[in-house]
Amino acid sequence: MPADQPLVVISKSGSKRWVSAADTAARKLGLKLGMPASKAQAIVADLTMIDADPAADAAALERLALWALRQYSPVVAVDGVDGIVMDTEGADHLQGGEDLLISGLVNGLRARGLTARAAVADTWGAAHGITRVTSAETTVVRVGGVAKAVTSLPIHCLRLPPDTIHGLRVMGVETVGELSAMPRAPVTLRYGPEVGRRLDQLFGRMAEPIEPLRTPELIEAAKNFQEPIGAAETIAKYVRRLVGELTSKLEERGLGVRRSDLVIHRVDNTRQSIRAGLAKPVRDPARLSKLLCDRIEKIDPGFGIERLVLVAIMAEPLEERQVASSLIEEPVVDVTPLVDILGNRGQRLYRVTPVASDVPERSVMRIGPTTDETGATWAAKWPRPSRLLANPERIDVTALLPDQPPAVFTWRGKRRRVRRADGPERIFGEWWFRPREHAAVRDYFVVEDDAGERYWVYRAGDGVDADTGSHLWFLHGVFG
Amino acid sequence: MSRVQNPRMIEELRDRIAHLEGGAAKRSAVIPFGVREIDERLPEGGLSHGALHEIAGGGGGTVDGAAAALFAAGIAARSAGKILWCLTRPDLFFPALAQAGLHPDRVIFCEGDKDEDVLASMEEGLSFGGLGAVVGELVRLPMVSSRRLQLAAEKSGTMALVVRRWRRQTEASDFGNPTASTTRWRVSVLPSEELPVAGVGRARWLAELMRVKAGECAEFEIGACDAKGRVCLLPQSANRPNTSTWRGSRAS
Repeated sequence: MPADQPLVVISKSGSKRWVSAADTAARKLGLKLGMPASKAQAIVADLTMIDADPAADAAALERLALWALRQYSPVVAVDGVDGIVMDTEGADHLQGGEDLLISGLVNGLRARGLTARAAVADTWGAAHGITRVTSAETTVVRVGGVAKAVTSLPIHCLRLPPDTIHGLRVMGVETVGELSAMPRAPVTLRYGPEVGRRLDQLFGRMAEPIEPLRTPELIEAAKNFQEPIGAAETIAKYVRRLVGELTSKLEERGLGVRRSDLVIHRVDNTRQSIRAGLAKPVRDPARLSKLLCDRIEKIDPGFGIERLVLVAIMAEPLEERQVASSLIEEPVVDVTPLVDILGNRGQRLYRVTPVASDVPERSVMRIGPTTDETGATWAAKWPRPSRLLANPERIDVTALLPDQPPAVFTWRGKRRRVRRADGPERIFGEWWFRPREHAAVRDYFVVEDDAGERYWVYRAGDGVDADTGSHLWFLHGVFG
Repeated sequence: MSRVQNPRMIEELRDRIAHLEGGAAKRSAVIPFGVREIDERLPEGGLSHGALHEIAGGGGGTVDGAAAALFAAGIAARSAGKILWCLTRPDLFFPALAQAGLHPDRVIFCEGDKDEDVLASMEEGLSFGGLGAVVGELVRLPMVSSRRLQLAAEKSGTMALVVRRWRRQTEASDFGNPTASTTRWRVSVLPSEELPVAGVGRARWLAELMRVKAGECAEFEIGACDAKGRVCLLPQSANRPNTSTWRGSRAS
């Protein structure tokens, strides 16, 4: 089917048929949601119509939620008929923070052909409302900013029954701000306690725990406590016990865990979670418990913890391999345990690898710390500075054109006389990647001042032709 | 001087002290510089594994730490195993380190936001064992932190190298404060070797051994790391610049 063919989904209720979803092409032609099907057909002659299948929609949404569970957060649930809600607390650092998490989420969904809106807020209600109203793809409401962000939301975002919404509209209430400013008692008397409850949940005055989605194939170990626990040592003790249980279950199936979640249920019916990610599948109890116990201090036990659940959210096949033991060769040390420990603390770990580029700042690329070793290194034998400035800094230079090194230069307010110099090393722009660099040239010089300090300076341009660069001088690196 | 009258007795005493300290029993190997004059100044004939070594730059190097980083890279290159390099300012240009003999596959960088992160990562790397060396770039190194690093290094026998670099040149007087490191170096650049033609020769460093446990201070004029990370001793140059201005802050 061609992409520009207008397509609508038709829902049915009794004899009434209406448009419940329309694609971009159909919307452009003036079709709107909620429009009767016959009217839509009258507007567009060759309209493709598909009958709605709510059961298949719900199943697809649940599949999507399970994907999000593995990727993003330990607590994910289906929200209404058209959304997914997740608790990102304690899991956003694995994606590099809230902003990166939701922009990555929206981009990931777009790559699968889905248009999504995402919002991060303090409460479920606020995030629910904002995603359904805003036109921005991603919204992040900072901690404590909910009250300000939701006042202008229309009341149909409150997850109330349609009758109540209609009744409130008749009363002239349009936004959440207006509704929350009204006295509570008459509203409750007229529309029941649901309105007040939803408002309290929206503003975070009332807890609204998310019941996480689970599938039978998830491997988990749980422990209920008769008396709530709270001390760090006690938590650590039970975490170790749960890890032992989990690893024996994993062993039965021949799996290793890539991502595991510790969900903490407190007595006041709130949940917290700790997510530990691993670079390779692991079934070693000591390593797993170290990763989880490392972050026990992040748990706020409040009035006590009544239930601990440990889930292997992402498990991959893990085979035991025999390690060749040789008397002569040095054993190769596997650094993944260390990478996991540091990575879960939020440190950025990487290795660097050469890129075939003459432009210095493009010749180094960061790769994952446990990527396979390539053995590649930089081929150039020319001296390179051990520190490279992120942005080359302008220097004032006295130099003879076209190809003499500077005689004197001023960097960061200090004038330096050049004693020795080497160069130029000419580097051309990469016009095959970037058409703008077609004529660009940089002439690099190694210069040494009176004190013996060596710097890497360059002139943008070849010193003759103004097309090759601005002929300004820059300092790019410091030699050791 | 009558100190070397009975070398056997001195050796015996050293062994007893080492036994009391408990560190030597684990792994007594060292990384020698391969230069006799430097190695004989160090108590075990080289930089010992399982110890903390501190390296700072002099002059402009207090801020950029370019020579100090290269000196550390040269030592790390001569160790065996993976290297963990912890830093907060990612301005290291790896091709230069590769020219000092450190292969990019061997180095795992760990970038943190604060000095405390670097200290914690270093300690974790040291107690992990199995790494060749752990390098950290730090502004401040308080006594307590350096003691923790030294103990972690002793326990696992991994070498800890701290490259000190400050935000401003005036802050470098901090280097005089005592730390628990086994050796303390200051590496500053000197005018490079004279060439018969125009150009810049092999880099020359002034490596000052400012403190060493059970040893005496010394200073050497060395040629910078070659492609295998080795340094060489050079004869004292006649036209040495006056470095007394920033050497006033000399400690211990």
